Amino acid sequence: MTQPLLEVQDLHTVFSTKEGWVKAVDGVSFELHPGETLGIVGESGCGKSVTALSIMRLQRPGLIKSGHVMFKGDDLTKATEDEMRDVRGKEIAMIFQDPMTSLNPVFRTGWQVAEPLRLHHGWNAKKSLTSAINMLGRVGIPSATERAEDYPHQFSGGMRQRVMIAMGLTTTPEVLIADEPTTALDVTIQAQILDLLRHVNQEFGTATILITHNLGVVAGMCKRIIVMYAGRIVEAGPTADVFAHPKHPYTWALLRSIPRLDAERHEPLKPIEGLPPNLVDLPGGCAFHPRCAFKIEKCSRDVPALQRVGDTQLSACWVTQAGTELKGA
Amino acid sequence: MPSATVKPLTRAWTTADPLVEVSDLKVWFSVSSGVLQRTVGHVHAVDGVDLEIKTGETVGLVGESGCGKSTLGRAVIRLLEPTEGKIIFKGDDISHLRGERLRALRRDMAMIFQDPYASLDPRQTVGDIVGEPIDVHHLAKGKERQDRIQELLRVVGLNPRFVDRYPHEFSGGQRQRIGIARALAVEPSFIVCDEPISALDVSIQAQIINLLERLQSKFNLTYLFIAHDLSVVKHISNRIAVMYLGKIMEVAGGSQLYRRPRHPYTASLLSAIPIPDPVIELRRERTILQGDVASPINPPSGCRFRTRCPRAREHCAEEVPALESFGDEHKAACFYPLD
Repeated sequence: MTQPLLEVQDLHTVFSTKEGWVKAVDGVSFELHPGETLGIVGESGCGKSVTALSIMRLQRPGLIKSGHVMFKGDDLTKATEDEMRDVRGKEIAMIFQDPMTSLNPVFRTGWQVAEPLRLHHGWNAKKSLTSAINMLGRVGIPSATERAEDYPHQFSGGMRQRVMIAMGLTTTPEVLIADEPTTALDVTIQAQILDLLRHVNQEFGTATILITHNLGVVAGMCKRIIVMYAGRIVEAGPTADVFAHPKHPYTWALLRSIPRLDAERHEPLKPIEGLPPNLVDLPGGCAFHPRCAFKIEKCSRDVPALQRVGDTQLSACWVTQAGTELKGA
Repeated sequence: MPSATVKPLTRAWTTADPLVEVSDLKVWFSVSSGVLQRTVGHVHAVDGVDLEIKTGETVGLVGESGCGKSTLGRAVIRLLEPTEGKIIFKGDDISHLRGERLRALRRDMAMIFQDPYASLDPRQTVGDIVGEPIDVHHLAKGKERQDRIQELLRVVGLNPRFVDRYPHEFSGGQRQRIGIARALAVEPSFIVCDEPISALDVSIQAQIINLLERLQSKFNLTYLFIAHDLSVVKHISNRIAVMYLGKIMEVAGGSQLYRRPRHPYTASLLSAIPIPDPVIELRRERTILQGDVASPINPPSGCRFRTRCPRAREHCAEEVPALESFGDEHKAACFYPLD
């Protein structure tokens, strides 16, 4: 196996609230290999975005309590603010769900896309703009030279997301973190952007972390996925294996609960009962146990660690770690 | 269920007749500009729609944002007044009802909204929210009113003891249940559900879908289910209408639409929807549409989809294709349909 490009080790990120400390990320570890597309899936509040923000050290007001983010031999959690500024946008780029709020409305688009080049490479306005226009063209913006003169509001949602991707790619970063990049977009535009991300991954070899709540999106984009619940990784493994034989009851139940376009017959959906947990007041033991159909006594007492279950998957579940198959009506 | 006290215009309506019949419906919004705020154009939000909804069925309405699906939904239950065209509800023309007759009509229809945060008044208790339609229509008073509110909460799966709580004390899924209880309070026969689950967490969506299905069979409800998520719409609907820029492009039963789409727009919409199965995703062939939806202020001539259509020819710009039958309740508006 190749050396991982990025290694997150036992990351803990907490937030202070009126009701006490919230463990938004509670002991997350994973590796990202060069050129791969890794999916992180989970519902709102599961910690997937805070994990990404912590990698970039943008988690504030949250606090990285412990853990390491190893990138090319350096621990990013220990880097100075100056050193981080060199990493952000140059070596690790990030794109967000809402491209309107991530672009500055009062600057011309081309100028903004060129900014990382001026900042990181010290290029002048003309040289950086030429390169930015070239990149806008490569991410599929027609008549890029003219469009570079436009302001963000003159672009549609999908086009704005292309602009964000172009901005992220100008400095040819090694890692691209895409946090719900298509959630605000219509499906036909989502398909365009996902296609572009695939293309970027192939053409530039950029390793990508794709964060989404949409299981369909990871199914088509990622070789490997991580499933998060209440701040922890509950399952990880090759996408095909996780979808075919989920080893955590949460993944298992989630896959059964969503309606599929290719369903042959109408059958009632099988929802996950109960509510996602309140992070301020997590249940004892495994956070999923109050909603779990397979729970045993131990589950409400002890938190299961993420361990190998089967040949290729990791699962944090006492039941599957004991060898029980997940099956149900 | 008592129906609206509207005088029938034609022969008596029966449940065998369509519950809702929309013909050539247009809803335009004016666009004004300049110091004098002169009208400089119109947004053709809904621009000539024909749609029939049978009693007891669920018709799904899908399309991308800005295609006019919410406007159509709002016009059908007369939250908006149509610019042109007709809406027949239970045999009566309700297109331009006003005053007391419109109010009476409101007893027979309801709406469930997308955002369970914005659609509930934060200063009202759950009891007030669910009780308001009962008060407005003078349906019950005192103890009977209280009992009715508690019963409604029970029906949607909420604890009846929650009546004195406020919306902020509930999760998104629970708030959506409150919104559903409010919609049921007038005992409607027709409910427009406008993106009722898109603001909810994935693990909660199935709970609400199942609740809507259970309520439908319990109270014999008819739904117009508006959503952009075609997988959800296919699951819940008997028939699906696909909208694009104010017009219906195709109508068919869910499986039929999925297996054999006739309109190129439907086909590309279907191919754009990710299926949560890596094996299938790997094998799928995609037709990725180029470009964005055109402006509804100045829609393209002829077929509105032609600017993005992979099959468009000259003729498509010259004439507007009508919805034509492909048998078995399957209709599509295309000059060069798929096989």
